[in-house]
Amino acid sequence: MNMVNRLVAIALPALLLAGCEIGTKEQEQVGPRGTGLVLIADPDTKAKVGEIPAPPYELTAEMVAGDKAGTAYENVQVLGDTSVDEFNYLMQAMTTWVAPDGAPIKDAGCTYCHNPENMASDEKYTKVVARKMLQMTRNINASWKPHFGNQENGGVTCWTCHRGNPVPVNNWSTAKPDPATITGNKRGGNTPAPSVAYASLNSDPFTDYLAGKENIRVGGKAFPTAASNAAIQTTEKTYGLMMHMSQGLGVNCSYCHNSNNFAKWDDSRPQRVNAWYGIRMVRDINNNYITALGDVWPANGKGAYGNRRGPHGDPLKVNCATCHQGVNKPLGGYKMLKDYPTLKGAAPAPVVAAAPAAPAPAETAAVEVTKPAA
Amino acid sequence: MAYQNIFTQVQLRGELEAGVPLGPNNDSRFGPFGTSWLMGKLGGAQIGPVYLGTLGVASLLCGFIAIEIMGLNMAASVNWDPVQFVRQFFWLSLEPPPAKYGFTFNVPLAEGGWWIAAGGFLTASILLWWARTYVRAKELGMGSHVAWAFGSAIWLYLVLGFIRPMMMGSWAEAVPFGIFPHLDWTAAFSIRYGNLFYNPFHALSIVFLYGSTMLFAMHGATILAVGRYGGEREIEQITDRGTASERAALFWRWTMGWNATMESIHRWAWWFAVLTTLTGGIGILLTGTVVDNWYLWAVQHGFALEYPATGVVDPATLPGAPQ
Repeated sequence: MNMVNRLVAIALPALLLAGCEIGTKEQEQVGPRGTGLVLIADPDTKAKVGEIPAPPYELTAEMVAGDKAGTAYENVQVLGDTSVDEFNYLMQAMTTWVAPDGAPIKDAGCTYCHNPENMASDEKYTKVVARKMLQMTRNINASWKPHFGNQENGGVTCWTCHRGNPVPVNNWSTAKPDPATITGNKRGGNTPAPSVAYASLNSDPFTDYLAGKENIRVGGKAFPTAASNAAIQTTEKTYGLMMHMSQGLGVNCSYCHNSNNFAKWDDSRPQRVNAWYGIRMVRDINNNYITALGDVWPANGKGAYGNRRGPHGDPLKVNCATCHQGVNKPLGGYKMLKDYPTLKGAAPAPVVAAAPAAPAPAETAAVEVTKPAA
Repeated sequence: MAYQNIFTQVQLRGELEAGVPLGPNNDSRFGPFGTSWLMGKLGGAQIGPVYLGTLGVASLLCGFIAIEIMGLNMAASVNWDPVQFVRQFFWLSLEPPPAKYGFTFNVPLAEGGWWIAAGGFLTASILLWWARTYVRAKELGMGSHVAWAFGSAIWLYLVLGFIRPMMMGSWAEAVPFGIFPHLDWTAAFSIRYGNLFYNPFHALSIVFLYGSTMLFAMHGATILAVGRYGGEREIEQITDRGTASERAALFWRWTMGWNATMESIHRWAWWFAVLTTLTGGIGILLTGTVVDNWYLWAVQHGFALEYPATGVVDPATLPGAPQ
C-alpha cells in the first residue's frame, strides 16, 4: 500500500507536468511595462536556425557581365538576361538547394529537372515548375520588399524554403470538406491538429486566408453597427491562423500585438506590418504561382517523384512555416540573396503615393493582380 | 496527537437514521443504505435516504438525454471509434448551428439541431433540479437561499446559451459543448468583442469570484482554527464567553479591527458567490448587443490606459496597398 502511494505520488505530478517546458526561459521586454509585452522563449525547444550552404564558387563581376544565357542556350525563358556564367552558377546552387546529388530521391542532381540528353527540353514537369518558381522568387524579392523590412538584399532564395528537399517540408493543402452527416464530422476542427498548435480551433485556416482573401480582421467598433456580424466562428478561424503564425515563427502573440487590443495598429509592433505584407505575399505565391501551374502538377500517384497534391487534389501550398520553420527571421536573417543577384528580379514599378514609412509593393505582373484596398 | 477533527472524527455506527418524517404530498424516500467509512472521512458516514420524487426523476432523465446527445455526437465525429473517443475526448465538440441559420429552431439535426436538442434537455434538467432544491427546502421548513444561489448560476448559463444568442439573432454565438472547444470559445469571444478585460461587469464578476475564494479561505480557516474548542458547533456558542465563537470573532477584531458575526459571515459568502455569476451574466449579455468592442468603449469612457503609440500604421489604409 505504502509503495503504491509512493508510486502515485511520484507518477501523478510527473504526468501533470509532462506538457511543461521546465527550465529557465529567455525573456525580452518589447513594450511598456505592465502590458505583458514580453517575448518568452524556451532555449531548449527553440528551433535551430539551420545551416546555409556556401555559394558554389565566387561569382566575379566579369562573370556577371559575360554573354547572356538567352543567346547561348535554347529555351531560356526567365533567366535570358543572366550571363552564362551566372546562369551556370545559379543552376549548380539550385541543384544543392532542391535536389542535391546523393539525396535519397529519384534522379537526384541535374536530372531531377533536366533530360541529360537535351537540357533545353521541358519534358520533365519539374523543369516547368522550377521555371515558375524562379519567376516567383524574383517576384517575391522585387514586389514584396516590405515583408523584408525593405532591407538591402532582403529576400529569399530557393534554399529559404526547400533546404535540400524537392518539396519544402512545411506545406499545406485544403482539408477535405466535412460530411453532411454527423459521422466523421469534426466541423473543420475539434482535433489535436499541429497546424493550430493542438488547439481545438479550425485546423485549416489556410484555405480561406492564405489562398482565399477572406477578411482576417474580427474586432468590432465601439458600439454595434449594421455591419457588426455575429462571428465567433470566424474569430476562431482567425485565431487558428494566428496560432499557426506563432508556431511557424516561434514567437508569442506579443511579437506583433499589444494584447490590450489585438486589433489596434497604433499600439502594435512594426513586425505586424511585416506580417501583414507576408500574408498578402503568401496569397500571391499560392494563387499566382503554385495553383496557377494547374495540371503541371501530376495527379497523386501518377508523378515520378511522389505526391505533389493534398488529399483533396489541390497542390501542396505555402504558409508562414514553409520559409520561417520556427524562426522569426528565416535562416537567422542571413542575406543569402547577396550572392545570387539574378534572383532579385526587376525593380518594382513605381508605387503611386505610398507612405514613406511602409511603401506598398507594386502590383505584380502575375496572373491575378492585387487590388488596392478599399 | 493533537485534536484535528477532520482526521480524528469519531464515526458512529448504530441504527440508521431516516430523518424527520415527510408531510403529505411527498413521495417516499430511498434508503438509508448503510454507512461508508470513506465518506465518513469527508462528511457524514451515513448514505441515504435520498428523496428522488417526480422532479428528481424528470431532472435526471433530461440530464441523461442531454449527456447522451452530446456523447453520441462526439462519438459519431470520430467514426464511433472508442479508442479515438477517449484519446481525442478533450478536443471533441457538439457545435451550435452556424450563423446562416440565425436564431431559429428549424435547424437540421446534423447542422446544429442536435446542439439545440442537447441544450434544451440540459436546460430542462437544470430548471427541474432548481425546482427540486426549492421544494425540498420548503418541505424541510428552510429558507430558499440555496435555490436562489443556484438560480444565479442558471442565469449565467441561460445568458451564454440562450438569452444572448436570441438577442444577437444567431445560435452561432452560443457556447459549444466540449472541453477545449468551450475554452477556445471563451478566448475567441474576448478577442472578437475587444477584450473582456475592459468589460466593467466582467471586472465585478472577477472581484466577487476572487472575493468568494478569499472569504471562503478566511471563514474555513477560522472555524478549523477554533475546532479544538468545538468551533464547528457555531450557533450554540454564539452568546457565551471564551467559546470558539468568541475567539474566532476576537481574532478578526484584533487583526483587522472588526469582525463578521457567525450569521453575517454566511451572508457575505452567499452574496459574493451569487454576485459572481449575476454580474458575469450581465457582462456577457451586454457584449455584442450593447457594446461591440469593450476596449474602444473603455477608451471612449476614459478608463483604458493609453500607451505611447509605436508609430505603426495599418498598411491596409495606405494607398496602393495590396488586398
